[in-house]
Amino acid sequence: MEIQVCIGSVCHLKGSYEIINKLDELINSNGLEDKFKIKAAFCLGQCVGAVCVKVQDTIYSVQPETVTEFFENVVKKQVM
Amino acid sequence: MRKFESNVQYTKYLVNREMAKRFLNGEKMNAETVKKIGETISPGPKPNTRCCIYKERHILSERVKINLKKQKKDENVIKIIRAACDECPVYRYVVTEACRGCLAHKCIEVCPRNAITIIGHRAFINQDLCIECGKCHSACPFGAISDVKRPCLCSCHADALFVAEDRKVYIDEEKCVSCGACVYNCPFGAIVDKSFVIDTLDLLKKSENNTKYKVYAVIAPAISSQFTNAKIEQVINGIEKIGFYHAVEAALGADMVSCHEAIEFADTIEKRQWMTSSCCPAFVKYIQKNYPELMSHVSGTVSPMIAIAKMIKNTDKDARIVFIGPCTAKKMEINENDIKGIIDYAITFEELNAILDAMDIDVSKCDETPLDNASYYGRLFARSGGVSAAVEAAINEKGIDVDFQPVKCDGLDECVKALKVASFGRLKGNFIEGMACKCGCIGGAASLSHGPKDVTEVDKYGQLSKEKSSVQATRIFDIESLHLERDYKKVMRKRRNKKETIEENNQ
Repeated sequence: MEIQVCIGSVCHLKGSYEIINKLDELINSNGLEDKFKIKAAFCLGQCVGAVCVKVQDTIYSVQPETVTEFFENVVKKQVM
Repeated sequence: MRKFESNVQYTKYLVNREMAKRFLNGEKMNAETVKKIGETISPGPKPNTRCCIYKERHILSERVKINLKKQKKDENVIKIIRAACDECPVYRYVVTEACRGCLAHKCIEVCPRNAITIIGHRAFINQDLCIECGKCHSACPFGAISDVKRPCLCSCHADALFVAEDRKVYIDEEKCVSCGACVYNCPFGAIVDKSFVIDTLDLLKKSENNTKYKVYAVIAPAISSQFTNAKIEQVINGIEKIGFYHAVEAALGADMVSCHEAIEFADTIEKRQWMTSSCCPAFVKYIQKNYPELMSHVSGTVSPMIAIAKMIKNTDKDARIVFIGPCTAKKMEINENDIKGIIDYAITFEELNAILDAMDIDVSKCDETPLDNASYYGRLFARSGGVSAAVEAAINEKGIDVDFQPVKCDGLDECVKALKVASFGRLKGNFIEGMACKCGCIGGAASLSHGPKDVTEVDKYGQLSKEKSSVQATRIFDIESLHLERDYKKVMRKRRNKKETIEENNQ
C-alpha cells in the first residue's frame, strides 16, 4: 500500500521530511516494510491542512508531533 | 509597470504580452492576428525607432512569426531577423590618425577588393567595397588601421557569428551554443530567442485546470533577483495564478546534482584527471562542438532542471513540466536526445513577465505562497562559484576523502580559455565550473535584471532555506533510483549524423 507524503513547499516548511523519516522508522520497527511504501508527492492540494498525508484516497493532516498517533490510528488499521 | 533595462527588452516583452493577450482572448494565431499585433505595438503615424512604421511593423510581425512557428527537430532557438539587422554602420576597419600615407602602402597591396586608396596623404577605405577580411589591419606597419567589432560579434565567445557580404550578420550553426549573449547584446534587437509563451499557455489550457494532467512549473533559483518590486513568495503565488498546479524549485534538483556530482567526482577523478560541471547547457554544448574528444571529462550528471523534473515525474507520472529561467540554452537542452520529453517547454523570465502582465496579475499585490525544499547550496547554483561551493560542501559532508580543486569560469570567454589549457593537460585544478553567462545564471541572456546587486539577492535567498545543505535537502530521496546520468554517446551520435547530412548536402 502506498502512503503519499506531500513535500510541496508549505508541507516542507511544516516538517514533511521529518514525518517521512519518522514514518519510515515506525514502519520498519513494526516489521511492516513489505506492506507499505512511502512516496513523496508534490502538493496534494490541501495546503491549509499541512502536512498532507494520503492513505487510500483519504488525505490526513499530520504534524511531526502527531506521527506516532497517526501511525497507530490510521496506518496500522489498514493492515489489521 | 516595471522599468525595462532597454528598449530591446521592452519590445520583446510587448510582442510576447500581445501574443499572450490575444491567445487568452481566444483569437486564432493566424496571419491576420500577426498583422494586428504589429499595428497595435506600432500604431503610427510616427515610427518609434525605425525609418517608417511599415518597416517597424514588418519587423514586429517577423518577431511574432518566429515565436509562433513550430520548432523543428534540432532547430536553433536563436534566430536573426534579417530586416532588423541594421548592417551596423560601425565599420570594422577604419584608418586612424596614425596613418602616415607611406610609400609602401601595404594596405593597398593586400586588399583583395581594391577598397583602399590614398587621399590627402592618408589611406582611405571605401566601406562599400570593404568585406572586412582584416588583411590591411594585419599588414599596416604602423598599426594604423583599427579593428572595431560589432556588438553582436564582440559578445559571441563561441565565435558563431559572421558578417556576410551583404553586411548582415549570420549564425554559424556548427558553432552556436544558444547561450543568447548576442540576443542580449544586439542594440537593435535583431537577434532573438524563440518564445514559447503560446505553447505554454496552450499546454495549460488543455490541462483544463489541471484535471486532464497537472502542469508543474520548475523555477530557476535566479528568480531571486528578478522581481524586485515584490517578495519571492508573491511571485510564486502569481505563477500559480497563471494556472500551474504547483511551483517547484529547480534548486532542489541542484541539491541532488551536487550530491550526485560529489560522488561521481570521488569515483572517477583518478582516472579522468579533471572533470567539468554539467549544469550549464551552453558550456556543455561548447565542449561538444569544439572538443568532442574531451566529452569524457564532462560530468555525466544531468542538470538541476532535469533532476527535479525526474523527481516530479517519479511522484506523478503524467506530470507536464515547464521550466522557467533566465536561460535561452535551456530551450535547446530539453530536446537533447537522451533527455527529450522530460520537460515540455522552457520559457524565460522575460516570457513569464509578459504572461503575468497579459493576465493582469500584479505580483506586488499577490498573496504569499512559499517556495521551499532546496538548500542554501542548491540556490547558490544561480551565481558563479555556487556549483563549486555546493559540490565541495557535499564532499565534506559525506566525509569523502578526495582533493577537490575548483577552477571557476565566469562567462564563456573564461570557459574557452580553461578548456584550451585543460586540453594541453595544464589545468591548475581538477574541476572546471563552467558558466556561459557572466556572473552565472543571474546574468542570463533572458534575465530581466543584470544589476550588480543580483549576487547579494541570490545569497539572501539562499540563507532563507529551511535546509542548510544539499545532503540535508535530499535526505528523503533515493537519488540512485532517479537515474541522474546523461548518455552523451546518444547526443554525440546524433551530432555526427547531423554533420554528415550537412556535408552530403554541401556536396
